[in-house]
Amino acid sequence: MSEKPPLSVLDRPNSYIGRSVPRPNARRLLAGRGQYPTDMVLPRMVHVAFARSPFAHARIRSIDTEAARAAPGVVAVATGADIARLCKPWVGTLDHFAGMKSPPQYPLAMEKATWQGEPVVAVVAESRAEAEDALELLDIDYEELTPVTDPETALDPATPVIHEDLGDNLCFSSRVDAGDVDAAFADADLVVEEEFHFPRHTGVTLEPRVITADYDPSEERLTAYHGSQTPYQMQDVYARHLGLAEENVRVLCKDLGGAFGIKLHVHGEEMTTCALSMMLGRPVKWVADRLESFVSDIHARDHRVRARMAVTAEGRIVGFDVDDLTGVGPYSVFPRTSAVEGNQVIKLVGAPYAIEHYRAALKVVLQNKNVMSQYRAVGHPIAFAVTESLVDKAAAELDMDPVAIRRANYVPDDAYPYKTASGMAYEQLSLQQSLDRLVEFIDYEGLRREQAQLREKGVYRGIGLGTFVEITAPGAAFYGVGGARISAQDGCSMKLEPSGRVQLAISINELGQGTETIVAQVAATELGVSMEDIRVTTGDTGSTPYGGAAWASRAAAIGSEATVRAARALRENILEVAGAVLQEAPADLDIRDGQIVGRESGEERLSVAEVGRVGYFRPDTLPPDFHPQLSVVRHYAPQGLPFAFTNGIHASYVEVDVETGGVTLLKHWVVEDCGRVLNPKLVEEQARGGVAQGIGMALFEECLYSEEGQLTNASLADYLVPLSSELPDIHVTHVETPTQYSEIGAKGAGEAGTAASPGAIMNAVNDALRPLGARVSAMPMTPERILTALGRI
Amino acid sequence: MKAARFDYIRPRTVQEVLDHLAEHGDEAKVIAGGQSLVPTMNVRLAAPAVLIDINHVEELSGIEADKGTLRIGALTRHAEIAASETVAAHAPLLSMAAPWIAHEAIRNRGTFGGSLATADPASEWPACATVLDATIHLVSARGTRQVAAGDFFQGVYETAIEPDELLTHVEIPAIGEGYRAGFSEFARRKGDYASVGVAVQGRVGASGAIGRLLKRGEGRLHDLRIAFFGVAARPMLATAAAAALEEQPLDESTLKAAQEALPTDFTPMEDLYMSSAAKAHLARVLLGRVMTTLYHGEGR
Ligand SMILES: Cc1cc2nc3c(=O)[nH]c(=O)nc-3n(C[C@H](O)[C@H](O)[C@H](O)COP(=O)(O)OP(=O)(O)OC[C@H]3O[C@@H](n4cnc5c(N)ncnc54)[C@H](O)[C@@H]3O)c2cc1C
Repeated sequence: MSEKPPLSVLDRPNSYIGRSVPRPNARRLLAGRGQYPTDMVLPRMVHVAFARSPFAHARIRSIDTEAARAAPGVVAVATGADIARLCKPWVGTLDHFAGMKSPPQYPLAMEKATWQGEPVVAVVAESRAEAEDALELLDIDYEELTPVTDPETALDPATPVIHEDLGDNLCFSSRVDAGDVDAAFADADLVVEEEFHFPRHTGVTLEPRVITADYDPSEERLTAYHGSQTPYQMQDVYARHLGLAEENVRVLCKDLGGAFGIKLHVHGEEMTTCALSMMLGRPVKWVADRLESFVSDIHARDHRVRARMAVTAEGRIVGFDVDDLTGVGPYSVFPRTSAVEGNQVIKLVGAPYAIEHYRAALKVVLQNKNVMSQYRAVGHPIAFAVTESLVDKAAAELDMDPVAIRRANYVPDDAYPYKTASGMAYEQLSLQQSLDRLVEFIDYEGLRREQAQLREKGVYRGIGLGTFVEITAPGAAFYGVGGARISAQDGCSMKLEPSGRVQLAISINELGQGTETIVAQVAATELGVSMEDIRVTTGDTGSTPYGGAAWASRAAAIGSEATVRAARALRENILEVAGAVLQEAPADLDIRDGQIVGRESGEERLSVAEVGRVGYFRPDTLPPDFHPQLSVVRHYAPQGLPFAFTNGIHASYVEVDVETGGVTLLKHWVVEDCGRVLNPKLVEEQARGGVAQGIGMALFEECLYSEEGQLTNASLADYLVPLSSELPDIHVTHVETPTQYSEIGAKGAGEAGTAASPGAIMNAVNDALRPLGARVSAMPMTPERILTALGRI
Repeated sequence: MKAARFDYIRPRTVQEVLDHLAEHGDEAKVIAGGQSLVPTMNVRLAAPAVLIDINHVEELSGIEADKGTLRIGALTRHAEIAASETVAAHAPLLSMAAPWIAHEAIRNRGTFGGSLATADPASEWPACATVLDATIHLVSARGTRQVAAGDFFQGVYETAIEPDELLTHVEIPAIGEGYRAGFSEFARRKGDYASVGVAVQGRVGASGAIGRLLKRGEGRLHDLRIAFFGVAARPMLATAAAAALEEQPLDESTLKAAQEALPTDFTPMEDLYMSSAAKAHLARVLLGRVMTTLYHGEGR
């Protein structure tokens, strides 16, 4: 028997970990063989379309469905009351958010419609076009009520209360108070302050929200082909709210055309579609069209933040004082609520800096606009735009370089473990190292020289930095502790096929971010086989272990740990069989390149396929009572601290046309530390995609609402997302600080691109404008806003 | 959303198109590139009962130049105009404007006639047609008629076309000796309709025939036609600004005078993203830019 400890997954021979291996599923997707829920067609399937409230706030006096029911192809027409008989309402609060209020929400509006676009009546027909034809025949009598649209006045006594039972329009409020903020500000040499505006925007997934619900009354089974990032959560929601047995609900989602947090909330349309399938005993399909997406997919952001920062004459940051007002829709969204984003803002402002004095207040108010909830990088882009903008403002006032003020104030790399004034516990960050890397990566000095030279020629360029600290890979701290039935753990099962290849099924799923690649890399490495030998199944609650799936940048961090454990267990079991065949101690054997080898000698002894053959077909040749265990399952729950904090820094280089107010993005850089990098290319793609969304927030995207609560730019003709022509080259590099709480040490990487890019771009624009005495603090930074700041209009 | 139900007809000749138009009247719509019509049908803002597809009517396509006149068939695609040497030689303004229209894929389908017939106030071709004093040829079962671009565009998505009429082609006087064109636009994203845009054509040189002979008044601006788009319901000829530059060399003070004359020509209407004041400011900036490039010969 050998004395050496077994190799860890990180130093096994032929490791795939840390390599930019291409995605095994790319060929299938490029060949047009993706299986998106939108593609689903079932026999006897019918289609549902929704009549939506044209008003932001209205009483529904009556609904006449007669003409619609008689229209060609129509199978059913259902009102809020009809669906409520099959589907229980939900309440979007969490127990650990003390005092949070939100009324019961029904799939379709009941007595009142509370936002423009709220679904009111469902029409089911043989085709979607026929359903839409019939919608035009509905006669819904609305009595318009005064809409609540301005968060600033939502709590005024003169403002109507949207839900009388709640007493007022306050959904949630919270405070953080640490140190002695009043004294810190009184003693400060310099206080910089600003009021920031971050309006609403939305996710704009390439594939819209979609579901095909197939209820089989003979077995009381619901199968939902649902474009969801959280199939297990939806299994639970469908079972509880539709009164079905949990084991009779199966949610499937193989491929998904983008999610970004949009596809983990409970929306009324999917619930209604399931209820209709139960009502009709037929498959019912709903695909949001783009116009529906704008008025019904959750919106995000909408914060007015007033913040001030206290600094000493030497540039030492001593404290922050923050006030965040955020307007959500008429309901807090179920089951994750609409308070998490604001709650993160008031924890994350100042997060990279070693400060003792911290005060932040949050108010989340209800209004008659589309519902609002978590979207990629929840709260982070707000918090870091505020923080980094104040830091640059202080640097400018003190005539310090933006790099120098950051270096002097970051939580030092040798100060961990560290607890922030707002109460967050960091295991280990690399803020200083990341900054040093960035300075070199972007040739900071060279850029500054170029900027100065061009400025003499009347060209206004700006350099902006944006630091982030990011909450990733949460355990139960986000939702489980608040009573939400959202799994914090994940599971992976593996089965050796007789061929010697492996079937792997895992509860984390593929949203286009590369999950299936990552788990194949980890499994192949730990098992000692080639990646091509691993088949991965995701997105099916009926055939994968139970888990949390993909949200909050958790899939790779948590999924890789479940996978490595399952792979190790399967390897050990394979070696047991091999040992029995070879009559050797399993511990003296290993698997390399699909072969059973002598652990020390490396000599090939047997193929894994031979183990499969013997294990399945000739167990009679094995010792008595030896039962080959060639399928295993292992689960992993995040350990240690509530969150795995990551960090990094962005830089943006822009040119502002000070005559037109136009901004050209010249380049963008990201230094990110997501712990162990499992696949650099995938992490870089995540960063780039995230930056693109951050660019949208910084320069283009805004849901424009009229005073009456009408969304006035609810189409892709009018709502501006950045196109490829607007995106600069985005360069990404990595610093690796693995978490010690897990075996592989990966943290989350999915949101880092979005977390700090808006702030970096805002700093770059303000850096360009500084010589002209202008400054913007509202996003998106439109030509209109920049020209106004410049005093040209 | 799905389009409402419609019938589809695919004629081969102009005569067949006219017969169908005469028969169905208001109920019918001609479909050319479909790049404006199909989106509006798909959101049910338009619900024609009959679609008359003119994509197979060959006589409606093509670019020709003859005796000082450039003729562009209604069905000619934006991309064909962008690539045409004949257009570059006879109406360089169109070559300059083409790349600003939408994106490659849309330029491959969208047509010159379709764009004029749509009359989006922020679109490029109507402004160019106005500057170039184009003549728009319309035909119906009742006969043919010609409308000057200046009279053709009547409001937001409103033109002189009657429901039974087809736009067959456009005639544009070829650019004269010594004339130059200029084009400038500001849009939020590449390929978007303009926030504000400007098209210009005019002559830089001596005044009159005798002047030319005697080389008198070299380097002056003459005969300028300036049209702004994205600022009003239809392309706006900036006659006051043009008058401020007529017979003048371009320098800081003449340019300023022209910019200051713009409020006489129009007060911009705001859009979703831009106030009237911002558009007025951009109009001044773009006028400065387009005139500077045109005057210094960088325009063609
Ligand atoms: C994303 C996007 C961006 C765009 N951006 C721009 C832009 O920046 N600038 C711009 O100018 N355009 C833009 N467009 C519009 C594009 O240029 C269209 O091609 C053009 O406006 C319409 O031309 P069409 O041939 O597609 O017409 P269609 O869509 O086929 O028809 C439009 C209308 O014109 C009528 N019509 C068409 N041909 C005739 C005819 N011969 N006689 C009578 N009536 C006729 C139709 O009945 C219909 O009412 C954009 C379009 C899209 C989808």
